[in-house]
Amino acid sequence: MSDDGLNSTGLVVPAEIRQQVTLTTLDRIYNWSRRNSVWPMMFGLACCAIEMICTAAARYDFARFGMEVMRPSPRQADVMIVSGTVTKKMIPQIVRLYNQMAEPKYVIAMGACASGGGPFKEGYNVVAGVDKFVPVDVYIPGCPPTPQALLFGLITLQKKIDKESLKTVRWYSKEPVLDIPIPVLGPDLMDPRKYEAIKEYNAAQAEQAIAIEQLDQTPPLNQA
Amino acid sequence: MSEQDVVTQVPDLTSRFPEQVVKDTRQGYEGYIVQPDFLLEFARTMRDEDGYDYLSSVTGVDYLPEGKLEVVYHVYKTIGDKGLVFKVQLPRDNSIVTSLVSIYPGAEFQEREAYDLLGIRFENHPDLRRILMWEGFAGYPLRKDWKEPFYEEDFKPFKTRWPQGKIVRAEDGTPFKDNVEYPSDFDPENWVSESESKLYESLKVIQQESDGMKTDRIIVNLGPQHPSTHGVFRMVAVVEGETIVELKPVFGYLHRNHEKIGERNTFLQNIPFTDRLDYISSMSNNFGYVLAVEKLMNIKPPDRAEYLRVMMAELTRISSHVMAIGFLLNDLGAYFTPALYALEERELILDIFEAVSGSRMMCNYMRFGGVVRDLPEGVLEKVNELVFDRLPRKIDELDRYLTENEIVRNRCEGVGVLTPEQAIALSCAGPMLRASGVPYDVRRAEPYSIYDQLDFDVAIGIHGDVYDRYLVRIEEIRQSLKILQQVVKQIPDGPIMTGKPAYQVRVPAGEAYGRVEGPKGELGYYVISNGKPNPWRYHVRAPSFINLTSLAPMCRGEKIADAIVVLGAIDIVLGEVDR
Repeated sequence: MSDDGLNSTGLVVPAEIRQQVTLTTLDRIYNWSRRNSVWPMMFGLACCAIEMICTAAARYDFARFGMEVMRPSPRQADVMIVSGTVTKKMIPQIVRLYNQMAEPKYVIAMGACASGGGPFKEGYNVVAGVDKFVPVDVYIPGCPPTPQALLFGLITLQKKIDKESLKTVRWYSKEPVLDIPIPVLGPDLMDPRKYEAIKEYNAAQAEQAIAIEQLDQTPPLNQA
Repeated sequence: MSEQDVVTQVPDLTSRFPEQVVKDTRQGYEGYIVQPDFLLEFARTMRDEDGYDYLSSVTGVDYLPEGKLEVVYHVYKTIGDKGLVFKVQLPRDNSIVTSLVSIYPGAEFQEREAYDLLGIRFENHPDLRRILMWEGFAGYPLRKDWKEPFYEEDFKPFKTRWPQGKIVRAEDGTPFKDNVEYPSDFDPENWVSESESKLYESLKVIQQESDGMKTDRIIVNLGPQHPSTHGVFRMVAVVEGETIVELKPVFGYLHRNHEKIGERNTFLQNIPFTDRLDYISSMSNNFGYVLAVEKLMNIKPPDRAEYLRVMMAELTRISSHVMAIGFLLNDLGAYFTPALYALEERELILDIFEAVSGSRMMCNYMRFGGVVRDLPEGVLEKVNELVFDRLPRKIDELDRYLTENEIVRNRCEGVGVLTPEQAIALSCAGPMLRASGVPYDVRRAEPYSIYDQLDFDVAIGIHGDVYDRYLVRIEEIRQSLKILQQVVKQIPDGPIMTGKPAYQVRVPAGEAYGRVEGPKGELGYYVISNGKPNPWRYHVRAPSFINLTSLAPMCRGEKIADAIVVLGAIDIVLGEVDR
């Protein structure tokens, strides 16, 4: 237990009991214990997943940061590392997994694809960044990011956790935290939050088509 | 006439079938064009009488200017020989052709892919559903007149990327500020998705009567998020008790439109994309693609480049195989410890890749006519140390720990058996095919690069079960080390590139099918150029994808826990399965 992390309330602890007693705030002890046991979900999408495995392996070893417990079940995981290209066919499952995770939960977008589509952005089956659907806490650039970069991203997440306060965190607020609506695979990917916009746009298109048709049918003015 | 000539003689098919078969006379094209109604007969004759028993690739090409679609078949002999290409031409608006699944069962998924992406209907196909996209997706994406929502221009390099230095995001040009588009009369709220129902309908064996008792069979979905499916692969199994009655793999969860993007790219821009196909063995992917394009350009790399390529490809094979072995043990329940041993060796190989190419995984190392840069100082010594000392020791260690392990043997022996006939018919490739006792290796059957000058053996198994696949992989690592030891000793000095490195390469019109023996199996690239800076068609024959055709036959009758092991022994990489 390092002094600067926990025991910095400004109160002086007598030297003789410093080994046994520490004074801290509730926020600090809460964040300290959470930041050191961030369990990632065992969930690989694409190329970046291989680098994630390498990060878990002996050479880079993210167990040093309390993250070695990879859980295949979203119910037991704290952070979802979106490691790879998010496709339209996969995004309903990703959103569902995110909804199933218990609070507090975090999302790391690992690599260019998860952050914004990456080299495959223009593809017809690719979602241009997972943040179009789930909130992302840390973005890690790279294609794929090296294990060092992933470690840096995880440390950044720890720093973010350090700054949280019990008073303001989402999961203790009075408002219910709503699930993200799960996208539907229609003629193309459909976000239920955008149904109104789709309908409006299609209606406007239809109106425009009728208007153009009428314009074609009316004889030109100068002929009269 | 020497023996070599007799074997490689392509039969004169036009005189045998003067009515139905014509030679493909387009500039740079090879093979034959077969009348659509004669296709089944023709394929049967080729398989039974001429010995073309191995269907390598089926794909479609959209010739929009000529207004026709073409289905291209590449067949080979497993005894080793030059291949045969035949094509069927169809009208674009009503493209129906007979399915060849009855002749070559390995065509099943490939035909489904051609249906999905190009809209070619295959008559009498046992299960013609969309494969990579979902049921109900609007349009056939690989048709040349189909445009994705983020469409900018037909071919790269785009002129419009930064007009007057102002950056425009792709999202800005689309109505929903996103990568989506819908048919104009479409009502999102009344949409009924049918992809799942069609999938379950295709598993026709849900209920059964036995001894007057009605028993329900249970459907078990594995994946797409499952720790043992090696990524986002999904399989749907119908089980009776613990036994699998029927199994269907479901693909497309990582379909990132490799081919559509590849057809917009210039030839050179595709090389980094090939890295991301089978992301564990990027060097081999580079190799296959540059071979295909070099065939079209008719150039050969200098000697040193050939040696460098083989060196990298074989190192890739080792890293891929150790990983496959490690993760197979993962699937067997030896959670992560063998994988840690495997990854330790892989890291050493990745260090070499990083030294030569600058990236651990996405090497982007090979170029048309050579490789992009020479070995930096000290790397050859490192490779030397690895292939003569470290890796042989470590492979022996792995072998000692695992091969005679009782649990490994109990779980693997006799599981997921494929007979040689089945393996050939299902177009299996690589260790899958060889473990069944078919000594077919592209490096030997149709040697490319310098493999004809190197001394190595083709590892084969006898039983065709999971255990033999494991043994074949161990043996292949040893053979790769043998190749590498020769390469390290013999590598000559000299240039690493033919001609000058160029951003834009000139590729004459024509077609080429370049294939290499990748770690997962035969990796083929079918590239069509029309003389422009971009490929007209760019298709990848992905070994992982086609090897999965054999998953269902192998799993039927096995226990559900064995399905995981069988899948692990196929050694799939989802980037390549779904592309």
